[in-house]
Amino acid sequence: MNSVHDMGGMHGMGPIEYDKNEGAFHEPWEGRAWALISSAGAFSRGRRKNFRFELESIPAADYLRMSYYERLIKTMLDRLLAGKFITQAELDSGKPDPGSPRGTPPLTPAMVEDLFRRRGSLRRDDVRVPARFKNGQQVRARNINPVGHTRLPRYLRGKRGTVTHDHGVFNLQDTDAGGYPLGNSPQHVYTVRFDASEVWGPDGGKRDVIFADLWESYLDRA
Amino acid sequence: MLAHSGVGQAQEPRDRVQQAVPSDPALRVKALESLLVEKGMVNPATLDAIIETYETKVGPRNGARVVAHAWVDPAFKKRLLSDGTAAIAELGYGGSQGEHMVVLENSAKVHNLVVCTLCSCYPWPVLGLPPTWYKSAPYRSRAVIDPRGVLREFGLQLPDDVEVRVWDSTADVRYLVLPERPAGTEAMTEDQLAALVTRDSMVGVAKVTVAAGGTA
Repeated sequence: MNSVHDMGGMHGMGPIEYDKNEGAFHEPWEGRAWALISSAGAFSRGRRKNFRFELESIPAADYLRMSYYERLIKTMLDRLLAGKFITQAELDSGKPDPGSPRGTPPLTPAMVEDLFRRRGSLRRDDVRVPARFKNGQQVRARNINPVGHTRLPRYLRGKRGTVTHDHGVFNLQDTDAGGYPLGNSPQHVYTVRFDASEVWGPDGGKRDVIFADLWESYLDRA
Repeated sequence: MLAHSGVGQAQEPRDRVQQAVPSDPALRVKALESLLVEKGMVNPATLDAIIETYETKVGPRNGARVVAHAWVDPAFKKRLLSDGTAAIAELGYGGSQGEHMVVLENSAKVHNLVVCTLCSCYPWPVLGLPPTWYKSAPYRSRAVIDPRGVLREFGLQLPDDVEVRVWDSTADVRYLVLPERPAGTEAMTEDQLAALVTRDSMVGVAKVTVAAGGTA
């Protein structure tokens, strides 16, 4: 999706606002928000849209105005509403609808440590897929502009680079226009090295290079 | 004119707007929490435990221990650079957003910098949750096109002959920078060294210095 989340190379976003002493959470409410988001992950019904697609679907002006945690909260609320776990009337009033049953929270304090230790790898060590490229090979990122979620940033499309590492086989994360996975389509993911001058022309630093991790279907031989 | 200025406001970088209305999201999150608690969907004690985990267990002190250990143990450093995930697991760290770790060594000639232009991907088990600047538009947009300018904003001026390598975390690999060990630390213990290592140095926006050890 060519929206504003894909911001590599854009100018005009202002200076970096740096707080040297920022802790785990910049403000206390962000901690509550993060904990709510982590807890509400248990509530899901039906076919699940890609979470990143949902974040990227926030209208561009709103995306820029909202902070990271505001975007996550909005996406979580949309999911809870779509799954009918909460109603708009409850959100408006702040109270459960009259007569609605009271549940039992699925996530207990004792389960929290396991939540963080759990590995959610998308690597598919169980399937054998031949690698099309090898280290040192020249490749060109495809010029694609899908309306769904993709991990090929705009600033690299059409650019030539060199494969420097093969990370093995991973499920593709791209989605269709509705945000649903295109299918696992397990394939190799490579680190590809791009010279800044290839990506930015004469405005790129002469001694700067960019590395990105790209699924095989984003790449052609160059 | 009103409509025009409304659009302009909506497109302002969010940090400035957030400062103007700090309490709004805080109030909405508080209301949402009480609703979800009343409905029996979340347990407030679980929320406390999640926050405590990020404030005390999962954070940049873990990464600092990895870096300090690599500085004092050359065999560990070699393993860390060849298989980051396995070497980090030797020290007990791993889990969500740290499944595929690659460690990048900074030197006098090569400086590595990590960004996620599409989102805010970050190695949670060793660095915790990302700071606001890492998730914000100015850093995500400019780190790939003007890394030296970005580093200057953090107070780091690199000589022209240093190669800058920017790592855009576009897939499932998460990156940790192994900063250079500062001169004059030869007599320090591993714990003393770990105390010098900052979060910023492990993202690549700062160097480790003897004077500047702290929380960032």
